[in-house]
Amino acid sequence: MYDIKALYEAKSVEDAINLRIAHPDAQILAGGSDVLVQIREGKRAGKELISIYMLDEIRGVSLDENGAIRIGSLTSFSHITKNEIIQKYINVLGEAVDMVGSPQIRNIGTIGGNTCNGVTSADSASTLFALDALVELTGKDGKRIIPISDFYIKAGTVDIHPDEIQTAIIIPKEKYIGYHGHYIKYAMREALDITTTGCSVNVKLSEDKKTFLDVRIAYGVAGPIPMRAKTAEEFIKGKAVTKENIKEFSLQVMGDINPRDSWRASKAFRQHLATELAQRAITECITLAGGEI
Amino acid sequence: MVVGKSVKRVDAFDKVTGRTKYTDDLCDRSAYVAKVLHSTIAHGKVLSVDTTEAEKIDGVIKIVTCFDVPKNYFPTAGHPWSTDESHQDVADRLLLTDIVRFYGDDVAAVIAENEVAAAQAIKAIKVEYEEYPFVLDVQEAMSDSAPLLHERFPNNILAHTSQSVGNYEEAIKEEGLIKFDNWYDTPTVQHCHIENHICYASEENGRITVVTSTQIPHIVRRVVGQALGVDWGKIRVIKPYIGGGFGNKQDVLYEPLCAYLSTVVGGRLVKLDSSREETFVCQRVRHAIRSHIITYARPDGTFVARKLETFSNQGAYASHGHSVGAKGMGCFKQLYPCENVEAECYTVFTNRPVAGAMRGYGIPQAMFAVESQIDDIAKALGMTPLEIREKNLMPVGYTDDFSKNVNYFDSFNQCIEKGKKYIDYDRKLKEYKNQSGDIRKGIGMAVFWYNTAVWPISLESSSSRMVLNQDGSIQIQLGETEIGQGADTAFAQMAADAVGLTLDKVNVVSCQDTDITPFGTGAYASRQTYVGGLTIKQTGELLKQRILDYAQKLSGVSCEELDIVDNIIIKKADNSTVMTVADLAVTALYSLEDSRHITAETTFQIKSNAYSFGCCFADVEVDIRACKVKILDIINVHDCGTLINPALAEAQVHGGMSMGIGYALSEQEIFDAKTGRTLNNNLLDYKLSTFMDHPHLEAQFVENAEPTSAFGTKALGEPPTCPVAPAIRNAVLNATGVAINRIPMTPHVLFEEFKNHGLL
Repeated sequence: MYDIKALYEAKSVEDAINLRIAHPDAQILAGGSDVLVQIREGKRAGKELISIYMLDEIRGVSLDENGAIRIGSLTSFSHITKNEIIQKYINVLGEAVDMVGSPQIRNIGTIGGNTCNGVTSADSASTLFALDALVELTGKDGKRIIPISDFYIKAGTVDIHPDEIQTAIIIPKEKYIGYHGHYIKYAMREALDITTTGCSVNVKLSEDKKTFLDVRIAYGVAGPIPMRAKTAEEFIKGKAVTKENIKEFSLQVMGDINPRDSWRASKAFRQHLATELAQRAITECITLAGGEI
Repeated sequence: MVVGKSVKRVDAFDKVTGRTKYTDDLCDRSAYVAKVLHSTIAHGKVLSVDTTEAEKIDGVIKIVTCFDVPKNYFPTAGHPWSTDESHQDVADRLLLTDIVRFYGDDVAAVIAENEVAAAQAIKAIKVEYEEYPFVLDVQEAMSDSAPLLHERFPNNILAHTSQSVGNYEEAIKEEGLIKFDNWYDTPTVQHCHIENHICYASEENGRITVVTSTQIPHIVRRVVGQALGVDWGKIRVIKPYIGGGFGNKQDVLYEPLCAYLSTVVGGRLVKLDSSREETFVCQRVRHAIRSHIITYARPDGTFVARKLETFSNQGAYASHGHSVGAKGMGCFKQLYPCENVEAECYTVFTNRPVAGAMRGYGIPQAMFAVESQIDDIAKALGMTPLEIREKNLMPVGYTDDFSKNVNYFDSFNQCIEKGKKYIDYDRKLKEYKNQSGDIRKGIGMAVFWYNTAVWPISLESSSSRMVLNQDGSIQIQLGETEIGQGADTAFAQMAADAVGLTLDKVNVVSCQDTDITPFGTGAYASRQTYVGGLTIKQTGELLKQRILDYAQKLSGVSCEELDIVDNIIIKKADNSTVMTVADLAVTALYSLEDSRHITAETTFQIKSNAYSFGCCFADVEVDIRACKVKILDIINVHDCGTLINPALAEAQVHGGMSMGIGYALSEQEIFDAKTGRTLNNNLLDYKLSTFMDHPHLEAQFVENAEPTSAFGTKALGEPPTCPVAPAIRNAVLNATGVAINRIPMTPHVLFEEFKNHGLL
């Protein structure tokens, strides 16, 4: 039995926006795999809910005319993993969200919910950061599209206006064409776990596969929100594909990230993991790109 | 004959189709819902409880605080009662308490019309405390400056016992001995049965009925009586199917409180359903035990003198208390008999959640310490782990002077042989020598000691009743309980053979109802099949005798010449059919001349228990830089005597191994040093291993029929958990050279250890 004050079922995106305006204190409910858990824990008990779960218009993956991949915010993790467009162009995202929780959670949980939660451990988030994804928000005055790095404000807080809902995640063509990505979720067990440290890397190699043209690396749980390691990225751009450069790249990461001590893991251990995962993830990307190391 | 066959579980169909009814399914929807308010400090005194706001909440019926309940102190351990006062369990619990001894102690309870109102009321109650200092560490708790939890136990020592053989102090003077002096730590873990504890109670005609998810219905009846201060016969306890217990439900949990709450609302039905969060904190956990072992060995590996000190962390209340640590201590001098042994065990109160019974009952802790040190010694002496065990392990014919247990068979060597062969031990031991690099493999093993049942410490008796139906089928009832392990199926198989029936003619009454079911103390100590088998055989033979007596009357053939085979009464001489049991039964019930209700009921008291031995072998891969251990292959081999149902036995072993893997690598409750709060009391943060974390679990058996057992069987319920953690730990030692003396060997622990040893 859940302590819910009221539940409003949105019939369309427009209806959802109107409901948000009419019920400013209400919580948006998508798949419910986080919100309902929080209600049970008492954190959001007694609140009004606006369910957007029935809005098929913001569900599914498509390619737009410019080649951008558009993922409707209500698309479930398991649908993302199994989607052909995802598998062909950004399989790393499909693999990343396949590491969330359990099959049941992946069937009900949505990428919109995962990102709107604003938590650093979300398995989709670090990969979306590494893909330079954009977030589409729809409000009474229309759509607003912002970079995912701007969408995350601080732990638990994202940039959604009181009249908005998140409607899509967009990955522009130039951000994925020619890139190969790999995500490592480091957790304490092989399933049903929260990420201790997550690392997602995208690599674009030169035609001869000997030089890094571009590298994007992002972390979950290396700071209060998902974050890129820009110093490391700058360091490796244009460098030769060598073990030494990869090692240095992984050490450079330390200048960018800011993990903390908690009972879940020590700062020292998370720092160790960050460098280790950087090496492992970039090495895997090189292999995927057809390079050798 | 069906004993020894892998017949389908008698409850399989209903359980897999969801038809089986558990406690919550049975509870009438009209029940009031009760919730408990738990303390938010680890130690202190409740000064006041303000319920004003909570009482205003719509749907709240009544709020009971620690100041309202009767002061009947009661014990909770699922032990048979002792009529000798000095052997009775410590009575230190109240229904609700004004002296709070751990973070989560029970301060007040709300009765409401529904869960939401109850939860809102709990939030709205204001408690004022006077805070006392608290202590979480077992040895700190023994110091003179530590806060005292219970006035009558100075230095927080619930109990301290010791054992001594030979002369340790003299023996260690021998020249040339090598001393090994090590400390080992095991964590507080929880049972994590699928079904959280739940019970409901109501009162009618001056009697209170409690339906509860328990392993020990007859014990619950006694304790509810003690707690409420009413005659035990006024209490009726019913146990439906339960979703696991593993020892947590071998304790009286919220049944007394729930029964009491019903009495304060005019006997109305009240349900108390614990959450997972409460299960982790407010019920029972496994004792964290710190062990200090000193071994003096000759260079050839002979043990000359050994010393053990253990410190068992009891948590805030006595529960099963000293018996858990004492069981671990008891095996020390037996497993590796040595002429000079000193052992002592302290059980100590701390402000942690209460420790009680959990699968293995002190032996997983003891095996981690003992079997880890054996490998440390072997490594230092340049022997293989098997060589040192061969030299020192309990020999055939060993008799324990206290329990009079006899090691009748060469179980250890037979089990080790099987395990070795399966895992290809000798080859891997060679192959894994001198590895370098970041990924290394290791092979490890451990043996275990266990004994079935609780004699001579406690009563061992079991009663059963069989009733013959018109169609020649029977009902069988026992006080021993099905808790998911498959006991009902084993009981049915044994009853079928004892009477001479086919399995389909045996109906096990799974539910225990203390008004109806013969007395029995329930599921614990891996004793169900052993003690249940004894009474089943005895009652079955009596029932058979009564059937044959009537057959003699009907057929004129002397009952001495008759037997029952596959539901048919036959002449032994030529196997010819005399009549079917069904024909006899219908005649017996409806005969106008001599109508009989053919039943049998007996009690069997066994004044013995049986050793149950075996081993585990683990093959692991250690990713040093990732600080992770992956189990590549693992096998448990058990000699639990004759297998009643091989498929069920295998399933028992799988479950136990899984629990052992979690114990070795991931499971522990974590306590906040500042507040004493349990930080990870949920299944996300408490890392119970999933089946993705397991390789194939191999279970094999050696079947030496136990001479003291009716069907040749002995303990298997708990033993599978006992050797797994040290086997994995020893495999990690083999892989990396790093001896890790604490579990769980989480990545956090491995990170520190590998750094300290220069591997990172």
